[in-house]
Amino acid sequence: MAARTLINVPQKAKRGEVIQIKTLISHIMETGFRHDNMGRSIPRDIITSFTCTYNGEKIFEAALYQAIATNPFVTFHTVAVESGTFTFQWTGDNGFTQEASAKITVG
Amino acid sequence: MSARWRLAMLVAALPLAALPLPLSAEIPLDERRSAYEDMSRDNKAMQDDDTSNPGMLAVLDGEALWSAKAGASGKSCADCHGDAKTTMKGVAARYPAFDAGAGRPVNLDQRINLSREHDQKAQAFAYESKDLLALSAYIAMQSRGEPIAPQDDARLKPFLDKGRAAFNQRLGQLNLSCGQCHDDNWGKSLAGNTVPQAHPTGYPIYRLEWQSLGSLQRRLRNCMIGMRAEAYAYGAPEYAEMELYLMWRARGMKMETPAVRP
Repeated sequence: MAARTLINVPQKAKRGEVIQIKTLISHIMETGFRHDNMGRSIPRDIITSFTCTYNGEKIFEAALYQAIATNPFVTFHTVAVESGTFTFQWTGDNGFTQEASAKITVG
Repeated sequence: MSARWRLAMLVAALPLAALPLPLSAEIPLDERRSAYEDMSRDNKAMQDDDTSNPGMLAVLDGEALWSAKAGASGKSCADCHGDAKTTMKGVAARYPAFDAGAGRPVNLDQRINLSREHDQKAQAFAYESKDLLALSAYIAMQSRGEPIAPQDDARLKPFLDKGRAAFNQRLGQLNLSCGQCHDDNWGKSLAGNTVPQAHPTGYPIYRLEWQSLGSLQRRLRNCMIGMRAEAYAYGAPEYAEMELYLMWRARGMKMETPAVRP
């Protein structure tokens, strides 16, 4: 089943206001350090990077490692400068990519 | 010690040994509380916000499964049951329910699988599989905020009694019953955690320790293994009986599915 994402961006904000953005994505984040019940190593399968762009400009980036739990929750703040779209992108092992976006009206 | 003395002591000890063990006292209705109350502020915030509650990711999966066609019938859940938001409201709050075909109570997961096998002509989902938990979370979420309302069904009575007996049955190497912790000692500490009253208000729950969604059966197995007892296999009739008693014990409390627990 495809990855699911949940994004929380305020729909409206005042120009210059500091807003909080919350993102959640479903992903197993398998560390690669574990073994199955037959003793075989379970290969690593994690999200390795997360970026957020605001009207095309990169405003946030994070590198993720094995210590991040299942279903990574990333939250950060930014300044609402203009109306437009936030685009979120996750990339990871085994060619994993996922994109989501959210709109904001700045007045 | 003389043989006569030994006999006298044995006789004196007999009446004590013959006394039945007292049952755990049930918690007065107005003193019941969800384990939500015992969580940290952060964990409460995680459950309360639908965009940070990881259980909601499974609910999204469940919503997709609800309208996905399955099995030889080529039908989806939605084809018969319509919009879950209205047709499934309050349903999870009255499960386990008596199933005439099985002749015994079945829980929501089992009900989903019965419908898959009989109506959709599809293969049943495995217990604790991602799909079953997702569908069950989606259905149970439609009852969020609704009071738990066990059915007043005379056919359930013997199973409810069995569930109550199981709750008060000492088990495992630690020789503990469910009631000894959850009726008699809730609110105290066990290995740094607060002993909860064990009300099944939010199943399937997203448990941070599991890093996944899990059913009430998984949680019950967890406790049994903790008591060093041999857990019943998934789907065993004993679980439905215990679930029935737990839901009866939590009657009137509000559903929180999908709940977050540490």
